[in-house]
Amino acid sequence: MDTFFSFYVLPALIILLKSVVLIVVLLIFVAYVLYADRKIWAAVQLRRGPNVVGPWGLFQAFADLFKFVFKEPIIPSGANKGVFLLAPLVSAVLAITAWAVIPVNEGWAVANINVGILYVLAISSLEVYGVIMGGWASNSKYPFLGALRSAAQMVSYEVSIGFVIVTVLLCVGSLNLTDIVLSQQDGLGTRLGLTNSLLDWHWLGLFPMFIIFTISAMAETNRPPFDLVEAESELVAGHMVEYSSTAFLLFFLGEYVAVVLMCALTTILFLGGWLPPLDIAPFTWVPGVIWFVLKVCFVFFIFSMAKAVLPRYRYDQLMRLGWKVFLPISLFMVVATAAFLKLTGFA
Amino acid sequence: MLNGLEAVFFYLFAFVAVGAAFMVISSRNPVHSVLFLILTFFNAAGLFLLAGAEFLAMILLIVYVGAVMVLFLFVIMMLDVDFAEFKSGALQYAPIGALVGLILAAELVVVTGGYVLSPQLGSGAAQPVPDLATRSNTAALGDILYTDYIHFFQMAGIVLLVAMVGAIVLTLRHKQGVKRQNIARQNARTLEEAIEVRKVETGKGI
Repeated sequence: MDTFFSFYVLPALIILLKSVVLIVVLLIFVAYVLYADRKIWAAVQLRRGPNVVGPWGLFQAFADLFKFVFKEPIIPSGANKGVFLLAPLVSAVLAITAWAVIPVNEGWAVANINVGILYVLAISSLEVYGVIMGGWASNSKYPFLGALRSAAQMVSYEVSIGFVIVTVLLCVGSLNLTDIVLSQQDGLGTRLGLTNSLLDWHWLGLFPMFIIFTISAMAETNRPPFDLVEAESELVAGHMVEYSSTAFLLFFLGEYVAVVLMCALTTILFLGGWLPPLDIAPFTWVPGVIWFVLKVCFVFFIFSMAKAVLPRYRYDQLMRLGWKVFLPISLFMVVATAAFLKLTGFA
Repeated sequence: MLNGLEAVFFYLFAFVAVGAAFMVISSRNPVHSVLFLILTFFNAAGLFLLAGAEFLAMILLIVYVGAVMVLFLFVIMMLDVDFAEFKSGALQYAPIGALVGLILAAELVVVTGGYVLSPQLGSGAAQPVPDLATRSNTAALGDILYTDYIHFFQMAGIVLLVAMVGAIVLTLRHKQGVKRQNIARQNARTLEEAIEVRKVETGKGI
């Protein structure tokens, strides 16, 4: 009985506890990311943004949460009920599931698995199902058009994201996310004399890929300027038209958790994860988690500014950018990086 | 071999996979069929994970569930097939279907029944097999695909490329008289050639 407890029950309890802590912290973080998104957007447009609920509007996201939960859920009479209710769940659960492998500090991941980056790629490629199922099950024109658009869009940009990840993996030689971060302690900066600094991170060594990844991440998560799935001027709200109350909240939540996941992935792949920007005293005192969160916030700020500043892409422009611009560049960079590593003996 | 939690998860994945596979062929709505097929793939990935083949599990999810099934779903949603009509004639194919099923089952029995270990296997065991802790199966698969059998891999790639080019050639049609966008020309336009400022006298027009 003792071995049963120590072999199965105790590890399961520890994993459960880690997961609960991760989810709670993540959801609170997402609530403030949402608030920040609206504030930044408002500031660019010379508005005040949310400023009524709580001091400076800080509790706005929680007010929205209660508003959604207490509203009446409406299921359209022609809808395919089971799939209709499953879609927002799929969207939110998958987005949160991917966080299981994200290391926020050395050893601080719920599951530190060998194929971490493939796991994230697999889960994020599944997120399209929430949108497709929601769009189809609503049994309505605009959601269906939104679903078709998102299917094509997400599949297209996954290709270039895949190739960008391949270039990073060529430099690292491991699929483990912790290894990817740790490998960024040695790079260009170290050769220039700044050991273990921000010049070592992959954003500099693989510069064009950093830009392509950030833009593809926006397209993959349907963020503006690539939010053709829910383009309100054409499709009302895309796949979410027929959704109300908690179901809508889950879609909304899934979308933002996925966006923050992409920010975290950019941080891990290109901005050195939890590593401090300079390996000298005041910077090394700050714990790794703080650096990680700061970097995620920085990437999210870029996402937010892109939303505020850029107009929405036209659909054919979006497809052209994905297939005719990003795919050739990333494909070329895979070959170039491999050749460089082989010839110079870095690998 | 299987013990404790592993056995529990094995039976969970296996039963759900078989049940979902049954639902694929028995559900009335084709979209539900595709969704059940996705569930089957998921459980197959779970079984791969239990077998220690984590790379295959992830590739199954990325390639089949993430890309192939999306296109599948796409096509099935777009086609407005009347399945009641489709199913009404299904019974006349039952004898042929049963025959094919029987042949496949018989072949499976012959293959698994006549399965013996190669007598040369003993000599191979003397070669050192790298320990799982030192060599991940991702790296091992990479060695086999890209180092040992690189030429076969490249040939398979060329076959796929030819198939893709063929499909594009068959569907590509250049219609005459259709206005097309020329992105390079659009981007090369300057303010001078795009806008002309004219003085218009009141009440006259251009």
